[in-house]
Amino acid sequence: MPPLELLLQQALNGLMLGVMYALIAVGFTLFFGVLDVIHFSHGDIYMLGAFAGLTALAAATAAGVGSGVVALAFAFLASILVTGLIGVAAERLCVKPLARASPLMTLLATLSLGLVIREAVLIFYPRGADPKPFPRLLPQGGFEIGGVAVRYENLVILAIGLAAMIAVDLVITRTRMGAAIRAVAQDAEAAQMMGVDLDRTVDATFFIGSGLAAVAGILSGLYYSEIHFIMGITGGVIGFSAAAIGGLGNVYGAILGGLVFGLLQTMAAAFIPRGSEFRDVVAFGVVMLFLIVRPRGILGARTVERV
Amino acid sequence: MSHPSRSFSRRQLLAGGSALGLGLALRPAPGWGQKQTVKLAFIGPLTGGTASNGLGGRNSFLLALQERNADPKGKYHYDSEILDDECKPTVAVQAALKASSDPAIVAGVTHYCSVTAIATVDTYHKAGMPAMVWGAVLPEITYSHEYVEITRVNGTMINQNNIAADFAVKTLGFKTFALIHDTTDYGRAHAKWFTQFVEKAGGKIVSTQGTAKDQKDYAAELTRAKADRPEVLWYGGLTPDGVRVRVQMDKVGVRAQFQGTSGIKSDTFNETAGGAAEGSLAFVEGAPTEKLPGGQKFLAAYAKAGFKEPSEAYGPFAYVAANLVIDAVEAVGPDRAKVAARLKRTKKSDTIIGPVEFDDHGQNTVPLISKYVSQDGKWLLWEDSEYAAGKRTLPGVKYKQM
Repeated sequence: MPPLELLLQQALNGLMLGVMYALIAVGFTLFFGVLDVIHFSHGDIYMLGAFAGLTALAAATAAGVGSGVVALAFAFLASILVTGLIGVAAERLCVKPLARASPLMTLLATLSLGLVIREAVLIFYPRGADPKPFPRLLPQGGFEIGGVAVRYENLVILAIGLAAMIAVDLVITRTRMGAAIRAVAQDAEAAQMMGVDLDRTVDATFFIGSGLAAVAGILSGLYYSEIHFIMGITGGVIGFSAAAIGGLGNVYGAILGGLVFGLLQTMAAAFIPRGSEFRDVVAFGVVMLFLIVRPRGILGARTVERV
Repeated sequence: MSHPSRSFSRRQLLAGGSALGLGLALRPAPGWGQKQTVKLAFIGPLTGGTASNGLGGRNSFLLALQERNADPKGKYHYDSEILDDECKPTVAVQAALKASSDPAIVAGVTHYCSVTAIATVDTYHKAGMPAMVWGAVLPEITYSHEYVEITRVNGTMINQNNIAADFAVKTLGFKTFALIHDTTDYGRAHAKWFTQFVEKAGGKIVSTQGTAKDQKDYAAELTRAKADRPEVLWYGGLTPDGVRVRVQMDKVGVRAQFQGTSGIKSDTFNETAGGAAEGSLAFVEGAPTEKLPGGQKFLAAYAKAGFKEPSEAYGPFAYVAANLVIDAVEAVGPDRAKVAARLKRTKKSDTIIGPVEFDDHGQNTVPLISKYVSQDGKWLLWEDSEYAAGKRTLPGVKYKQM
């Protein structure tokens, strides 16, 4: 039995991973809830968010912005805006035109778009093949509590992640647009008959989901101090799996799924003999078993098509 | 009116025919005015995390071809086929198939990554294409078979890990090591040899953890390693993952010396890890380019050629490999089987990396291993560093004293 401190330390590691997964998973679940599509370029949108954030930070530095907080705030805003708009464009390009086609076509189109985004960063970003250092803008150092080392930057990352999730929750539950999103998710035709602008609602959904991926991308950069053009491949698969565990279409389920996946990976690596070699095998294996037992996910409705 | 042809006399026809015959007899032979073209392949990682090494190798290969093409004494003109293996076995096999199935390609200078080099040996063997490895260090690439086609100009990881373990245990005085390695053949074999030599030197391996290549998060593994309080955190893998391990060591609070293999010895490691790279150790076959017997000459020619990317640590090996292949073609002609047989018996005393002599397996028996330390964002030869001079203290030594 591992000592309690080690267990808690690993739980904290898992929580950090889980927050980033959760933010990606919420995008997947929003898209599925509103349009019944699995947007497989979402992982690369997350990567694009990280690179957009890095570029914005470089621009802020070039413009002489001295304050790290201001530069970071600018990076978040710029990245959310750029990535959100690219998310909307992705929907218009790969999802909307295929609305009447087989879902497989949408899947293929979004997968292809992801590849295009990834290769574009590789080719057009300066020395795109190399991992890029991400500025350390959050307070370094930390403290120990009960034998568990807590870093200040981890607390800030958790706080930003939590704030983003609360913001999305508020938008969805307290605003007219949120009501429209929920209405479309429940029954698109009925929502349209009640005066909901479907195109606008779908655009807003993709903007919010992609914006959240941008937040996850920047948080990943801040946490690991490094980003790489291939980061979206695994990020996308895990984000989707997290959304599926939580129950596709359910925002809270996606958050829960992200946290569960992060903890599963970390605990597998930490406490199973040779677990670090099989962390993904264990995590995805548990996902498979879980979905066999409960295909609708933790918080999903009885049918996987609607919430 | 008579037809013009009828106006030729027999004498004129005879004179014309003789002139034509003389002209044919005295036509320029191939290789006299225009040399026969011979195509050589270069395969390495031109994209992905290890691209900087691949691009340096490619440029060095091209430099060798340029120089030999400019040599009027050369019998052939050398053309190149450049292929990217992305440091991925599947992509490498495709590249090897493409090169080896092209009959115009006589030989190749192939692979920086061990995972790609070991994956392609059978492909070259089946096609009968001579392939000289220019960077991969896994021993099995040359020692797991008897193929005449496969040779290697750089050393293997056996010597590298012997020196690395002795240096860490006997010179620096570290006793406990936590190992993390990627689960490719490269990482596993490094861990195996390093473990063996550390134990032989009197050190102790407190934990060994394998991780997926391109893994992003190492917090779980580092937290687990930290619990054993190792004096050295050793990583067996390539630059992108090495950067992550080193940077995340600080975040998890692993207070140990960071030591890597030749796989992390790239400019990208220092650029991406930033300040965290300071004091990291790495070990590479051969010597720094400028200290090689022909290093200055090579660097001058490389600079003159105007390549955008630096030659990196293994560029000189690619350059020498290209020259050895060309020497073989010049000696026996552009015939794959003859070139392979010739290369296998390579013994040359005056290359820019020093003497090159292949054993029965086509392995260069280069015993020289260089120790590097990252100082102020650059890899310096240990002997030239302020750490060796006692002006600075390695992070791991500082932690030991605390």
